Amino acid sequence: MTPAPILSAFRQALGEAWAGGAGALLPVGFFAGAAVLVPLGVGTDPETLRTIGPGILWVSLALSSLVTLERIFQADAEDGSLDLWLQTGAPAASIAAAKTLAHWLTAGLPLALLSPFLLLMFQAQIGGALLENMLYYAFGGLAFYFWGGVSAALAATVRRGGLLISLIALPLYVPTAIFGALAMGDGPSSAAAPLFLAASTLFALAVAPFAMGAALRLAAD
Amino acid sequence: MSASALLSAADIGMIRGERLLFRGVSLTLGPGEAILLRGQNGAGKTTLLRILAGLTQPETGSVVRAAPHHWIAHRDGLKPHETPRGHLTLWARAWGQSTTAIEPLLDKMELSRPSDVPAKHLSAGQRQRTALARLHLENRPVWLLDEPLTALDGHGKTLLLDMIAAHREQGGGIIAAIHGDAEFEIDMQVDI
Repeated sequence: MTPAPILSAFRQALGEAWAGGAGALLPVGFFAGAAVLVPLGVGTDPETLRTIGPGILWVSLALSSLVTLERIFQADAEDGSLDLWLQTGAPAASIAAAKTLAHWLTAGLPLALLSPFLLLMFQAQIGGALLENMLYYAFGGLAFYFWGGVSAALAATVRRGGLLISLIALPLYVPTAIFGALAMGDGPSSAAAPLFLAASTLFALAVAPFAMGAALRLAAD
Repeated sequence: MSASALLSAADIGMIRGERLLFRGVSLTLGPGEAILLRGQNGAGKTTLLRILAGLTQPETGSVVRAAPHHWIAHRDGLKPHETPRGHLTLWARAWGQSTTAIEPLLDKMELSRPSDVPAKHLSAGQRQRTALARLHLENRPVWLLDEPLTALDGHGKTLLLDMIAAHREQGGGIIAAIHGDAEFEIDMQVDI
């Protein structure tokens, strides 16, 4: 087996993300918008904002990821390219992983890169912690998109499957959200939390592609 | 089943929902042969082709695919923003083929003029020609074709019939679901 089909699937997914014009900016707008609106709701006390900022961003990141999950597989199932990808001889899991990774690069990674600026708006101090947090958001976001990919694959042939995708994905987000928020706090369990966050992401990367592959085969059946 | 069969299926049966689509379908495709699938709309021709391609699991029976196949279906796999050249380049790369053959291929399929037009602006016939061009990106013995003649104009039909004839001459086999006249010689007809 050659990696050519997997690379092609990755490249096509990257290209498709930008083909729709500003579509790739939708999650960024959602993420920033949610974070900007929160101070209007909870008041402007700097101490409060500094405490809740990282957690608000975790919630915004999880919800922003849901906005575009439909795009990963639904169009492929509708236009027949899913059938072609499944017949390339490459494992369906590897095709699914390539497409999800490309989707995270265009939709999820920009959110993590934006996080330091949003944390500053939440009165965070300028320093190394901002970059450290960015890394957590990037890594946690990867888990969100891979679990989200499983629900997107399950709902690939469901018209307007957005609600179904959210219902399946949100419970899978829980471990990442918990460890991510813990990793940024200064409670007694915070020291080990980054390792648990990394573990939960690696678990997602290892398991989710096989679930996606099986779901895509089912969608084509 | 003869030893040289490209593809064979034995006793295929399929249920969709509560309805029996077909049962007891057996066929063997040898080199140079063409098999025609016949049936009314909704009889399950596309489903049978998907079973032969390995996309759908049959309820009963088994399929032996002894040779790689091409898949051309009603849903052509073109993205709205994709151009014919882009589409062929993508699949040539995905299948590990060189992209140098694409220019002459576009020319052969009479797609040179719209070669850089996004698929959403192409006519149904031009999209169909683009999909059919995939048949020549890689040499595969079995062609599975679902209604390949629809949307093609007279000239496009001649083009496809020539492709089919040349393919069979080289020992390739064809299984096609066609509603109207086949317009080429067939070795076996499967009615479902």
